[in-house]
Amino acid sequence: MPFDVAPFRLSGTVYGTLLNYRDALEALGTSVHEAPYKAPPKSVVLYVKPRNTLAGSGDAVEVPADAAELEVGPSLGLVIGRTACRVSEAEALDHVAGCVIVADVSVSHASFYRPQVRFKAGDGFCPIGPRVVSLDALGDLGRLAIRVQVDGRMVHESSTAGWIRSPARLLAEVTDFMTLAPGDILMTGVPHGAPRVRAGQRSAIEIDGLGRLENRFVANAEAAS
Amino acid sequence: MKRARVAYAGAVHEATPHADGTRLRLADGRIVAEDAVVWLPPFEVGTVVALGLNYADHAKELAFNAQQEPLVFLKGAGALIGHRGQTRRPADATFMHYECELAVVIGRRARRVARADAMDHVAGYTVANDYAIRDYLENWYRPNLRVKNRDTCTVLGPWLVDAADVAGPPALDLRTLVNGVVTQRGNTRDLIFDIPFLIEYLSGFMTLSPGDVILTGTPEGVVDVKPGDEVVCEIDGIGRLVNTIVDDAVFGRA
Repeated sequence: MPFDVAPFRLSGTVYGTLLNYRDALEALGTSVHEAPYKAPPKSVVLYVKPRNTLAGSGDAVEVPADAAELEVGPSLGLVIGRTACRVSEAEALDHVAGCVIVADVSVSHASFYRPQVRFKAGDGFCPIGPRVVSLDALGDLGRLAIRVQVDGRMVHESSTAGWIRSPARLLAEVTDFMTLAPGDILMTGVPHGAPRVRAGQRSAIEIDGLGRLENRFVANAEAAS
Repeated sequence: MKRARVAYAGAVHEATPHADGTRLRLADGRIVAEDAVVWLPPFEVGTVVALGLNYADHAKELAFNAQQEPLVFLKGAGALIGHRGQTRRPADATFMHYECELAVVIGRRARRVARADAMDHVAGYTVANDYAIRDYLENWYRPNLRVKNRDTCTVLGPWLVDAADVAGPPALDLRTLVNGVVTQRGNTRDLIFDIPFLIEYLSGFMTLSPGDVILTGTPEGVVDVKPGDEVVCEIDGIGRLVNTIVDDAVFGRA
């Protein structure tokens, strides 16, 4: 996806952040203390959305034959604009080119212990768009409303106010062990209760100031393209 | 045929072994010593797919039962370094270990490829050393990236060896030496999920593209390594990948 602020294109490495919304963590209840987890997450837990998952607004996403439905997790993505290595919380946002809507598409999985990578890494499982918006156009990142519609019906409303770690805090913790390069995207988590879709349905995610990311879900992507 | 990517005299070059067996020949004809260049990962790396517990002996070592489906995780390109590089051991780590692995490099787009055709999609092989710092392991989306996707902790190289030069699927002895002492041994014939299976399995849900690489897992024999240690991962016919462990001070950390 090209965009009009540096670094002008995605590098292809998109990282997701697990359980960065209070409601998502709270929904696990006391199970976080029990096997197999034994303790709540201490550090930031990340996952990779590889390049085969990337898709744009308007693209069709194939529902795998062995999955009845997919989850569409709305997430605000931080697009890295400058090499970010060991950044402090105070200077973290200076390394962000802007924000973009990311649909973190997954095959539903109840266990977060060691989920199969195919649940998160199917072709087209990471639609991004419609545009990257610079931070100065967005105001307070921690007060943006998020809405998800399926087939035109509002099915999920949330807000970035539910974040556990702010973008600055996330970047400080992540870049302590992992350098983020211009064009990388770090997702800031998905709120609890991500909507589910079946083949034949359409999703639309809106985040205040970032526009609307629309996708459709199909049983066979080659037939649909 | 085997190729490396090296930085030398202000540019990045493709290099091949020189006939004298020690030096390198750059594509432009210059002959240079192997320690006069900076070795980079030997190809433009796309998606990095890694296998956990893909040798029966290592699975036993870590007290795992044999699994039905491969344990796959993904890594980002930022963790990669080349041959003769430095890998940082954080001061608070108590167990940091190497993992010598055969890396399979994809050369042709693979989508829903059958096992019988899988090897047609392999460009070649290189050696990987996929470090882990077990202190940081948490039971969420294991192995969490703080254990497995750290800067400098995925070493690739020195050579990309053409698939045509390796009878495949490969059955090659591999070993790791720490300061010259062999600490890990195995043979790639003992993979629980072999290369054709992995390509069939992965391409069933994710399209593999040229430059994507599959790190096929490591056998038993992982030991703690400390700053100053030289760690050499060798696979017969593929390469000898050298790496040095350094401490926080090298990276300007207190």
